[in-house]
Amino acid sequence: MLNLALSIAFVMVAIAILLSFIRLIIGPSVPDRILALDTLYINTIALLILLGINLQSALYFEAALLIAVMGFMGTLALSKYLLRGDIME
Amino acid sequence: MLEWILAILIIVGAFFTLVGSIGLFKLPDFYMRLHGPTKASTLGVGAILIASAIHFSLKTDGVSLHEILVTLFLFITAPVSAHLMAKAAIHIKVKQVERTRQLED
Amino acid sequence: MMFRRVFPHPLLTLILWAIWLLLNNSMDPGHIVLGAALAIFIPWLTSSYWPEQIIIRHPWMLVLYILKVLYEILVANAVVAKLILGPQKRLNPGFLHYELQLTSPVGISLLANTISLTPGTVSCDLSKDRRYLLIHALHIDDVAEIKAEIHRKFEKPLLEIFVAC
Repeated sequence: MLNLALSIAFVMVAIAILLSFIRLIIGPSVPDRILALDTLYINTIALLILLGINLQSALYFEAALLIAVMGFMGTLALSKYLLRGDIME
Repeated sequence: MLEWILAILIIVGAFFTLVGSIGLFKLPDFYMRLHGPTKASTLGVGAILIASAIHFSLKTDGVSLHEILVTLFLFITAPVSAHLMAKAAIHIKVKQVERTRQLED
Repeated sequence: MMFRRVFPHPLLTLILWAIWLLLNNSMDPGHIVLGAALAIFIPWLTSSYWPEQIIIRHPWMLVLYILKVLYEILVANAVVAKLILGPQKRLNPGFLHYELQLTSPVGISLLANTISLTPGTVSCDLSKDRRYLLIHALHIDDVAEIKAEIHRKFEKPLLEIFVAC
């Protein structure tokens, strides 16, 4: 039961990543691309956690935590750059 | 029984993650696309993380609560990054869909 | 007075301690002591960055508020999923100004965060004088209704929890 659910979930998250990736490539404006990157890292967290459940390993969790922190910082830095034309104040 | 709950949580989480990305892909302008990832994806990943917390609490002896940390972190940071991206988009005047309702005053 | 000097932000100390224990995922005595040391040291070291005190009048109401917001997030996601998967011709997006009655900065940021996480609205900008919040809504039927709903559900409890400073 759990294995079946995990397989379906893997496919769904993979499609989600694919859709965000398409948006990252075509996305007409720069904020669109930032948003696509943001979504991409959230989806990656989901994929890593699912892998962790599937492989019975808690190690993937640490990677997910790091991606969450770094992704947030990246989004903030890029948006700040658009707002000010400069990252540091 | 518990396996069923886990399976449902995982499927629901994956479904909402997918809905967020579908919103990102198909909605017509940036401000509308912003809604998908900030709400749906956050909840989706939250559900998957809670499933993971339950799973590891059962498998290993002792509770595994550190997944809650990532969930909380995502719920706090998602609106902040959405706010900043919207601000940046308004600043550089990203195009809106024509039928967007403008401010009344 | 002595208490204030050692713990500039008691709440921050508690939160940092809890985060340290959660990160290590253990309740060893060693981690408890190390976490407590860090939780006292970090607020003391960084206290010059946040000079103002955060006053929470009714801590229990804040807990109730958070539970209510969690419930609203579940409802909001069902609504947004329906809007996204449905035909997009029907959507009427738009911007609106929300006039704030809250004055405490923490209250305003909490309100903006809740608005972004719940039904079809994202907070986009705060005016310089902190009186108006610019909100983008995915689907508008009636502007007054959205504003009334935000006020009734979220701003009113926050007004009681946070004192203006």
